[in-house]
Amino acid sequence: MKNIVIIGGGVGGTLVSNYLSHKLKEEIREGKTKITLISDRDKQLYEPGLLYMIFNRMEEGELFKELTYLLDPMIDLKIERATKIVADENYVETEKGRYDYDYLVIATGSRIVPEEVPGLVEGGHWFYNVEGARRLRDELARFKGGKIVVSIMGIPHKCPVAPIEVTFMLHDFFKLHRLRDKVEILYTYPINRVFTLENVTEVVVEYFNERGIKYKTFFNPIEVDAKNKKIITLEGEEEPYDLLIAIPPHKGSQLIIDSGLGDRDGWVPTDRYTLKVEGYDNIYAVGDATNLPVSKAGSVAHFEAEVISENIAAQIKGLPPTARYFGKAMCFIEMGFDLGTYIWFDYETPPKLVKPNKFIHWSKIAYNRLYWLTARGVL
Amino acid sequence: MSRIVVDARGSFCPGPLMELVKTIKDAEVGTEIEVLSSDESSAKDIPEWVKKAGHELVGVEKKGDYWSIVVKKLK
Ligand SMILES: Cc1cc2nc3c(=O)[nH]c(=O)nc-3n(C[C@H](O)[C@H](O)[C@H](O)COP(=O)(O)OP(=O)(O)OC[C@H]3O[C@@H](n4cnc5c(N)ncnc54)[C@H](O)[C@@H]3O)c2cc1C
Repeated sequence: MKNIVIIGGGVGGTLVSNYLSHKLKEEIREGKTKITLISDRDKQLYEPGLLYMIFNRMEEGELFKELTYLLDPMIDLKIERATKIVADENYVETEKGRYDYDYLVIATGSRIVPEEVPGLVEGGHWFYNVEGARRLRDELARFKGGKIVVSIMGIPHKCPVAPIEVTFMLHDFFKLHRLRDKVEILYTYPINRVFTLENVTEVVVEYFNERGIKYKTFFNPIEVDAKNKKIITLEGEEEPYDLLIAIPPHKGSQLIIDSGLGDRDGWVPTDRYTLKVEGYDNIYAVGDATNLPVSKAGSVAHFEAEVISENIAAQIKGLPPTARYFGKAMCFIEMGFDLGTYIWFDYETPPKLVKPNKFIHWSKIAYNRLYWLTARGVL
Repeated sequence: MSRIVVDARGSFCPGPLMELVKTIKDAEVGTEIEVLSSDESSAKDIPEWVKKAGHELVGVEKKGDYWSIVVKKLK
């Protein structure tokens, strides 16, 4: 009997589980293989929907689905928090027990740590989790004028383009509410341009300029003065705000840190082609959890899940595991309430940006509904 | 004088700069930080940032297939 254990019921974890159970149907039926998914939450959150939730364009109820609905029934689902991976002895400890594995997949994602910027919890807002999005939705509905700062407080963070998207959507939101002339929008980014990829930067800056959206670069906040509503930066600047929308710093799961498997911020060192955790032949990492120089995006988790499931299934069937990941990523970029574009890229191919248009925006809106089919391994 | 080496080889822009930012935040004034980067744009981006942030650029040197950029924390 071969045991495959997957930790984390997000995009990466559910996809690896579903693809594996599909590929290993016979082996599972015959009792030769078992797939166990350990997740600390019984529902999955569709995170991209948070961007729409803050503008009341998606409701909270639409953003969650039960894992039992998403998973193939042949997968053994355990709703437990994993507390330690003992990698040298091939087992995982949870709050409730111990799971031995032949193959392990780490799909524990990333999390925001707003508490690491002093004053941010008291003085700022964010939309990177449900509680934050709820608070921000209410605040945006109340906001009648003043200066909004969208500030990226660390790289890497989930969905590299989400801060750009929210900035464009803020512009359209306040335009619809006939308040745009009373609202100043400032976007800040840590490096010397508004986005990591140069050709995306060019288009974004052009659209920012057209819309009167201001931006500052080389801007690394170290503190938020909540009382006086100011952001203080490492570069020695002070930026006042009326509403601060932060992209807080991110870290890997505490489990990775506690198991001694990650780097300083808890990202798992991962081989960029095989997706094996460095130093281990039977442990893979998928999605946000890795230290790979690719976007922390659901689409990346999706493409990586295909490679990992193919290779684990091959090994169980006694075949050579030849699938490789080449850095493929796809990101939609909303540029307002009715305009969108997207980028495709990989390790060797830089992205080309399509001229923003309505069709791509509506494709994203449609995908927001179709996503659950992806999670089930259908689409 | 203490020196911290940040080996960011193999990571692409903005990895090396962000590693420097994180390290400098926690370092003591006077510390030298040497960033090793295999990404050519670091040799330009890091000095630009150091100037803006008011630290000292001690040196930029190409060593085979990577760059060594040394920065001294001034404040
Ligand atoms: C606002 C926003 C917009 C986004 N928009 C897009 C988009 O348009 N397109 C796109 O591709 N991506 C987008 N993303 C990014 C995408 O949501 C993430 O990259 C994706 O969810 C990563 O999947 P994952 O499976 O690696 O991690 P996650 O989805 O974070 O799942 C990790 C799971 O592991 C669980 N877990 C962690 N530790 C433990 C433990 N110790 N024990 C048990 N379980 C544990 C967590 O609870 C979680 O359920 C967006 C993200 C945000 C926040």
